[in-house]
Amino acid sequence: MLLLINNISVVYSDVIQVLKGVSLSIEEHNIVSLLGSNGAGKTTTLKAVSGLLKPENGKVTDGEIIFQGEKIHNKAPEEITRLGIIQVLEGRQPFKYLTVEENLRVGTATRPGQSFKDDLELVYHYFPALKTRRKMKAGYCSGGELQMLVIGRALMAHPKLLLLDEPSLGLAPLVVREIFQIIKRINEEQKTTIILVEQNANMALQIAHYGYVMENGRIVMEGRANELRENPDIKEFYLGLAPDGEGHSYTDVKAYRRRKRWL
Amino acid sequence: MEFFWQLMINGLSLGFLYGISAMGFVMIYKSSSVLNFAHGELLALGAYIFLAFMMWFKIPAIPAFIITLVLCFAFGFLVERVFLRPLIGEPLIFVIMLTVGLASMMKGAILLLWGGNLYTYPEFIPQTLTLSLGGVNIQPVYNVSFMLGVVFLLIFGFFFKYTSQGIFMRSVADNQRAALSLGVNVRRIFALSWAIAALVAGMSGIVLGVINGINVHELSAIGLKVFPVVILGGLDSIAGAIVGGVIIGVLESFTGGYLTPSLRDVVPYIILVGILMVKPYGLFGQVEIERV
Repeated sequence: MLLLINNISVVYSDVIQVLKGVSLSIEEHNIVSLLGSNGAGKTTTLKAVSGLLKPENGKVTDGEIIFQGEKIHNKAPEEITRLGIIQVLEGRQPFKYLTVEENLRVGTATRPGQSFKDDLELVYHYFPALKTRRKMKAGYCSGGELQMLVIGRALMAHPKLLLLDEPSLGLAPLVVREIFQIIKRINEEQKTTIILVEQNANMALQIAHYGYVMENGRIVMEGRANELRENPDIKEFYLGLAPDGEGHSYTDVKAYRRRKRWL
Repeated sequence: MEFFWQLMINGLSLGFLYGISAMGFVMIYKSSSVLNFAHGELLALGAYIFLAFMMWFKIPAIPAFIITLVLCFAFGFLVERVFLRPLIGEPLIFVIMLTVGLASMMKGAILLLWGGNLYTYPEFIPQTLTLSLGGVNIQPVYNVSFMLGVVFLLIFGFFFKYTSQGIFMRSVADNQRAALSLGVNVRRIFALSWAIAALVAGMSGIVLGVINGINVHELSAIGLKVFPVVILGGLDSIAGAIVGGVIIGVLESFTGGYLTPSLRDVVPYIILVGILMVKPYGLFGQVEIERV
């Protein structure tokens, strides 16, 4: 067990409760996908792990987060990143006025003074598109390149646990496919454990080993990725596939009740 | 014509100095969005520490200069640690008001120790540094100021472009949340930018002290000149600070020479207003990269 989240509650500004008893357990070398609609608490869960709740005035008020046997909840992000947990923020967040290569160099902040030449080559090996752009200001790169850049930047830190927050956000389907293939390769070749938060449940469940579904600050379902893919409710509510290829009528009370059970 | 060149060269080297000291101001602004109203007092502090080493301890100029810079650097670090760190996460206006308070405190401390008299350094720049270019004599202090300017500029250019710490500093200025997510120690970056700002301010303070004499009121008033300089150059551009400094320095020098010395502090502001009407971000203000 690499990471254990045990029944945590998260409160912002001392009043707004976002997570209500979330528990996850992440096996080493796995890709674990965290699904759910907007506002379900997926990003907050990631931030609780990476320590980025703190600058946003959020706090883990209950429960514990254990990484490799060490309690890490409510620690500062500087400490947590040095343990090998790196979060890739939602919406890409590059350093716009730094060049691509300088962006990648910031990824070495957790291990100052060490050589990073090999790591640069490794990142360029996974994302060849970045190599041609290396001297360009990141602000002028395309959305797909930026997503590659921020994943590459996180790889520079030699993460043991990589937290990816919606890497598919706003990207063309083909680019999404490419990026997900690379994520899968990174997991297989670098043995990096990955928590993948996604709206694109279909893509996420294709590369994940295990999945959790969140609603309203709670985990409502979990299971192996292939089982989740076959679950009729997941199929309907998260993969957008209607049973028997037909839609429901809004007057269909039974379907409404079934959906209601999730919320 | 000789008079013109004389003014030009004096203005250039003075402007360089303004630029370097404004650079410190811009660095604090860029990394933490704080406007540092104690900048003039940082200048004065450098000048007075140097004075103390020269007059009280009778240390030769070059070691005294280096020790002063080290002390200024340490002082900047300390200011961040003691006064600013507790305010992280509070509204920015608190931090800015704190720098106003810091300014009065430092001014008070200097007045207490040295009083309000005008001091001068003992002569320490060798007269052999006087440069003669086609009938224009450049005084040694302006030569020294110019050389210091170039050296510091090269050092900082290299620092920000190639060293890891420099790149981390720029990354914090660019996107603080992302820097935090990669484990950049943001608080240390804030401290470092205060330290570097105090160092360059102290350096300019010493040279200005050589040119104008050392008086806490006068030096802190010169510190206020960073405002026209950085606004002219663009608040968030280090290169802009240098260029803005040079423009203000030259303008001042010409106004003093051709019009009247009493106007030299006003004209830069008039030009400033004119330029801002045409370029509201300043001459080199960072143009927001917007993806469409």
